[in-house]
Amino acid sequence: MSEEKKLIKVTIDNITVEVEPGTSILNAARQIGGDVAPPAMCYYSKLKGSGGKCRTCLVEVAAGSTADPRPMPKLVASCRTNVMDGMVVKNITSEKVIDARKGIVEFLLINHPLDCPICDQAGECKLQDLSYDNGAPGTRYEFPRRTFEKHDLGPYIQLHMTRCIMCFRCVFTADQLTNQRVHGILDRGEHAEIATYISKSLDHDFIGNVIDVCPVGALTDKTFRFKNRVWFLKPVDAHRDCPKCSGKVQLWFRGDEVFRVTARKDQWGEVEDWICNECRFEKKKAADWVIEGPTKVDRHSVISANHYVGMHKPTEIEPEVMGRNPRLLMDIHSVSEVNRPEIDLSRLPGPAHSDNFNGIENK
Amino acid sequence: MIQFSEEKLNKVKEIVARYPEGKQKSALIPVLHIAQDTFGGWLDAPVMDYVAGLLQLEPIEVYEVATFYSMFNLKPVGKFLLEVCQTGPCMLNGSDDIIAYITEKLGIKPGETTPDGLFTLKPTECLGACGYAPMMQLGKTYREHLTREKVDQIIAEAKQQ
Amino acid sequence: MGRKLLLEKAHVEGIRYYDTYRREGGYRSVEKALNTMSPEQVVDEVKKSGLRGRGGAGFPTGMKWSFIAKPEGIPRHLVCNADESEPGTFKDRYLMEFIPHLLIEGLIVSSYALGSASTYIYIRGEYAWVADILEQAIAEAKQNGWLGKNIQGSGFDCEIYVHRGAGAYICGEETALIESLEGKRGNPRIKPPFPAVKGAWDRPTVVNNVESLAAVVPIINMGGEEYVKIGMGKSTGTKLISACGNINKPGVYEIDMTISVEEFIYSDEYCGGIPNGKRLKACIPGGSSVPILPANLLLKTAKGDTRMMNYESLSDGGFATGTMMGSGGFIVLDEDQCVVRHTMTLARFYQHESCGQCSPCREGTGWMHRILRNIETGKGKSSDIDLLWDIQRKIEGNTICPLGDAAAWPVAAAIRHFRDEFQWHVDHPEESQTRNYGLAHYADPLQVPVTA
Ligand SMILES: Cc1cc2nc3c(=O)[nH]c(=O)nc-3n(C[C@H](O)[C@H](O)[C@H](O)COP(=O)(O)O)c2cc1C
Ligand code: SF4
Ligand code: SF4
Ligand code: FES
Ligand code: FES
Repeated sequence: MSEEKKLIKVTIDNITVEVEPGTSILNAARQIGGDVAPPAMCYYSKLKGSGGKCRTCLVEVAAGSTADPRPMPKLVASCRTNVMDGMVVKNITSEKVIDARKGIVEFLLINHPLDCPICDQAGECKLQDLSYDNGAPGTRYEFPRRTFEKHDLGPYIQLHMTRCIMCFRCVFTADQLTNQRVHGILDRGEHAEIATYISKSLDHDFIGNVIDVCPVGALTDKTFRFKNRVWFLKPVDAHRDCPKCSGKVQLWFRGDEVFRVTARKDQWGEVEDWICNECRFEKKKAADWVIEGPTKVDRHSVISANHYVGMHKPTEIEPEVMGRNPRLLMDIHSVSEVNRPEIDLSRLPGPAHSDNFNGIENK
Repeated sequence: MIQFSEEKLNKVKEIVARYPEGKQKSALIPVLHIAQDTFGGWLDAPVMDYVAGLLQLEPIEVYEVATFYSMFNLKPVGKFLLEVCQTGPCMLNGSDDIIAYITEKLGIKPGETTPDGLFTLKPTECLGACGYAPMMQLGKTYREHLTREKVDQIIAEAKQQ
Repeated sequence: MGRKLLLEKAHVEGIRYYDTYRREGGYRSVEKALNTMSPEQVVDEVKKSGLRGRGGAGFPTGMKWSFIAKPEGIPRHLVCNADESEPGTFKDRYLMEFIPHLLIEGLIVSSYALGSASTYIYIRGEYAWVADILEQAIAEAKQNGWLGKNIQGSGFDCEIYVHRGAGAYICGEETALIESLEGKRGNPRIKPPFPAVKGAWDRPTVVNNVESLAAVVPIINMGGEEYVKIGMGKSTGTKLISACGNINKPGVYEIDMTISVEEFIYSDEYCGGIPNGKRLKACIPGGSSVPILPANLLLKTAKGDTRMMNYESLSDGGFATGTMMGSGGFIVLDEDQCVVRHTMTLARFYQHESCGQCSPCREGTGWMHRILRNIETGKGKSSDIDLLWDIQRKIEGNTICPLGDAAAWPVAAAIRHFRDEFQWHVDHPEESQTRNYGLAHYADPLQVPVTA
């Protein structure tokens, strides 16, 4: 196609951008950045067919297009709705959206274990962020929460289904990165679960990427040494000559030790380059890698949104990693007996380890 | 040994031919019905693996489908599966009483199978027979306008078989 | 006696079989369409008839057909939706069981109109014996030259296949149905693309209800203009109503949409009144997902007009005081029925049938059911009623497919019209376990606002 593509205009929360035809509302909003970008728990730009399921990215379309300026009757999933020329979208400027999103967060949380203090994902959990930004305090759900047994999916990956939000990302990942999917979605409705049916191990070379795409702590790295609060770790960009993948990774250090290896993520928390299992699970020595330097983290686009301009330089490692202070979902002591009430995990001086938990082995 | 008869394999071929070329996955649900009927009224993992092989699918694709649909049994069930509808219209006409009666008569709770392996009681949702309520599905047939006497009769008949 | 177009011959001895069906005038519409009409003319005739989809949404069938994409060299498909799983609905089964050739005939004409050489009937798995009846009818039709290659010398080829589902209400939703036809889990697709552009196997596809497709037969036989004359306003033709619950004569009735709801319930021609002289308390006139109405609002609209059995009149008043024609599943509750319990069973149904793909429906349907179960069993709190309202409000409109709405509406309507019955359960936890709230004031005449 030699012809230059005509850009179309879309206005989101009163900010107008020009984007290519065929762009989704979500991606148009990401071009604006900051809070204008709706939260996305299931959409993943690198996974074909993803999105539409979690409904956290719902937005109001106040005018469909210049040609047909009628508003859309329902909120739409911004990740799966394409912009039209002259479309007017309201995200955080819409009461309806704020209200609906609060509802969605509540739905996602009613069966979530809220075991953040013992969850590997704490600190980089999308659900934690989402509920902090959009949720209501406390829960109105008074029934026993759905629970599942923990499963080992082979030597590398652990599945903690209870925390899963059914975003389907790991299924798309297996479909699109490997030639043989062995895990999938079983059962239906509220019983639906990610599983292999009969105990099977996931061991395709690229399957480890499911850990990175999982927005919550449902799929975790079994080789992650001394399970840790991520905010006690320091991420460093590194690479190696890998015959299978790009070899571009992030190493998570504490002191001189590599605690875990992950893919590098962009500002939306999405993997930049898929990495292979060998890089992720087998190369746990600093000497295996060429260190490039500390990772610049600007996730959530707080920097591009200029929110923190003029703030004093963070001295703690946490804000540097997170883009903001770490936080727990709610006062965990009120919902969990796992912790000793006198210990506030986010204020521990060093890495939290099993001694800090009330006899619960954190493995 | 899990293996369809020649006749059933031909049936599978005929079913596959109903769908566009290369879309043999479309035959999955019909073939799972045949498999369940053939191999003891439920779908054991090796049976599903066999079906996966027949249709050139990954086993997980078959598990995903089999666990989605309520007619596929993933655990052994009694020889007679009494599926009593309990949705609104049937409830209005006394389905709760029918379920209670079966529970009492067979000494099993909903979801359980009698020790002799004959009967499983499974309360289900609307089966499209609301005007003939209360009703149950038994194998390939519907038994409608149920009363306690009719339940007695159905159970007696089944025991004879 | 209302006019019958579909079930007129349903009770002729032997009508299930080809010979009788043909002798009674069957397959004339195929002859007429294939020999004297172009596919476009058939579509036009259906447009003229004003036929509205009988599966629940009431979308004009002719218009739906005209949307089908016709890309060069790509086959198109017609899929008949015989999944019929909406509680209260059993009309399609009746039609297929008693007069299967009517559906096959309608399918051939419709396939011709849409250019579908492979047409599928997706039938709910539990209707196993009905699937057998259909397969037999198809075989007979084929033997007699109504299916196969070059039908009646017209050059049109068509095959019809029966595809049995395996127990999932959600597969009645057209994109879930297509997924299921493709051998997958019945997860509804995210639209767009719409099936008319990318449906089964990514080919343009039209999904229509059994009754809609059967109605094509009389439309072609009599002409769209004649068909419009039957019925009222935008409710043209006849409609099958499956009546159940507390009535003397449950069953499937064909009505011409000019009768009142009251006549339908009480006349001997239709439901024959309520057994044991009991009084009418409430009714869900269009399948479990449409709003329930108390007797007073059911028989008369809020404006005081007689409510009729047609699309417009049933929805008069919107959701505030009206309901919907839906799929025609007519559920009657007498004075001794408990609306809370009935609503609870429906909530349980939707919980059971949610595909689990999107969060509001997956999590919200079960939540609503659990709260309703608490209220019903005397463990409810006043705040639970408000909570229920809030949950249904947050599901409605926010899900991938309309099952979320279908689960929310019955709960919303029950609270809207029967809130005091819910409150009574909360206030009288013990009494509510032994006694019924009864008819209360639900049949009392309503004050009609006087307008100048
Ligand atoms: C949850 C759900 C269940 C449905 N079930 C059925 C059904 O069982 N039968 C049916 O004909 N339509 C059903 N529909 C409507 C179909 O999606 C579709 O609108 C219909 O088949 C179109 O046919 P029509 O235009 O002829 O009515 C259902 C819709 C939803 C959302
Ligand atoms: S395990 Fe994680 S990635 Fe997979 S569906 Fe659940 S939340 Fe999504
Ligand atoms: S609304 Fe319910 S049934 Fe429809 S896609 Fe969402 S979870 Fe599935
Ligand atoms: S991100 Fe759009 S629905 Fe999940
Ligand atoms: S409610 Fe029981 S068959 Fe419909």
